[in-house]
Amino acid sequence: MSVKIGVLALQGAVSEHVHSLEVSGAETALVKNARDLDGLDGLVLPGGESTMMRRIMDRYDLFEAVKNFAEQKPVFGTCAGLILMAKQIEGRRGPHLALLDIDVKRNAFGRQVDSFEADLEIKGISETYIGVFIRAPYIKSAAENVDVLATCEGHIVACRQGRFLACAFHPELTDDPAMHRYFVRMVEEYH
Amino acid sequence: MVVQKGTERVKRGMAEMQKGGVIMDVVNAEQAKIAEEAGATAVMALERVPSDIRKAGGVARMADPTIVEQVQNAVSIPVMAKARIGHIVEARVLEAMKVDYIDESEVLTPADDVFHIDKKAFTVPFVCGCRDLGEAARRIGEGAAMLRTKGEPGTGNIVEAVRHMRLVNSQVRKVVAMAPDELMVFAKELGAPYEILLQIREAGRLPVVNFAAGGVATPADAALMMELGADGVFVGSGIFKSENPAKFARSIVEATTYYQDYERIVELSKGLGTPMKGIDMSKLEPAERMQDRGI
Repeated sequence: MSVKIGVLALQGAVSEHVHSLEVSGAETALVKNARDLDGLDGLVLPGGESTMMRRIMDRYDLFEAVKNFAEQKPVFGTCAGLILMAKQIEGRRGPHLALLDIDVKRNAFGRQVDSFEADLEIKGISETYIGVFIRAPYIKSAAENVDVLATCEGHIVACRQGRFLACAFHPELTDDPAMHRYFVRMVEEYH
Repeated sequence: MVVQKGTERVKRGMAEMQKGGVIMDVVNAEQAKIAEEAGATAVMALERVPSDIRKAGGVARMADPTIVEQVQNAVSIPVMAKARIGHIVEARVLEAMKVDYIDESEVLTPADDVFHIDKKAFTVPFVCGCRDLGEAARRIGEGAAMLRTKGEPGTGNIVEAVRHMRLVNSQVRKVVAMAPDELMVFAKELGAPYEILLQIREAGRLPVVNFAAGGVATPADAALMMELGADGVFVGSGIFKSENPAKFARSIVEATTYYQDYERIVELSKGLGTPMKGIDMSKLEPAERMQDRGI
């Protein structure tokens, strides 16, 4: 039986993640309320605006529900999702979900005119992957127990720590399902 | 490592990240902060909101760069700004200021009454207005990476936004259902580039994100546009011309996310104070209709 993976659907590139997950063999569900997490095996935090997502999560008890979910189930964050998962965010007082032992910098590559595509090598996932970076963050530093999966111009842009996977780029904007396939396998392992 | 900036995917992708969100017009840093705090996914920095542009009359131009800079310094969400239709240099100035998106907008007085900007020549992405699929496809052909239906800006009246969203989406459905040999004639009727219609037919949808704009004044208006298939909502005068902007902004953001959760929209609509005063379409002279500019 296939695993069921939710996509946080407050705002952002939700339908693209749903498509990539389904292509990779998972069932999907949209998560807008705490009750939508029931019965899910994993969760994707999509690209979008992290400040907006956090505000909505706070207003409707979704924040604690997602945090509790992450205590047992795998989570994959892309771009804004990576920021939501980090334990330290440059220039911000506290973290959001604080799942990954990493220190991130928001909009680290600059504004939209500096957004770019780059060829990446992602350890154990793909040797030729196109990373789409949009006002992207990067990981300034990662604890020793965090597995660095990819770097770009000397900065960490993808990592895994146990059941948590995160990247600064947008795998949901390409036709290459390698990252999603990898996450679906992770979810199957924890299932 | 090969690095490419300003690609179509990067430009269109930026708009994908805005989906399900609300983009708010702001005229200073203080308003920008209120918008960000309320959960706006981006702000549009301009000198006057559309309803004030209507009142002021005269020629409406790109905002003073000082305003744009103040807004850029005040928030961490993306900052958009408007250039006049066809005003290549205003657009280049905004690009030089590193705004995140340029709105080639009918809200400002057109600088060119024939041609739009060749948007493919820019690294910064553009959003453009449309009333039907012909306009939408022409703007995409020129390189727009995001669309918004025009509505009638600064009126607080949703009727035109509804008309335009319904028309664009019904024409998309028509294209998707069409036989290949019918498409060329439909392209001719719409004045639309054939290749763009072909892309829509193959993908089953527009190749770029399409937001609603022009007349959104309440949380229910925003939810209505989502119900009709908008990817997100622009709110111009609706927020900072209301009695309680912070509350209005928050409610419109939440109504956009939870547009089919009607119990929640009940709560969001309570005690908001007076929304902006609207204008009936029949009271607008033809020359006052912004939607007819740049078609």
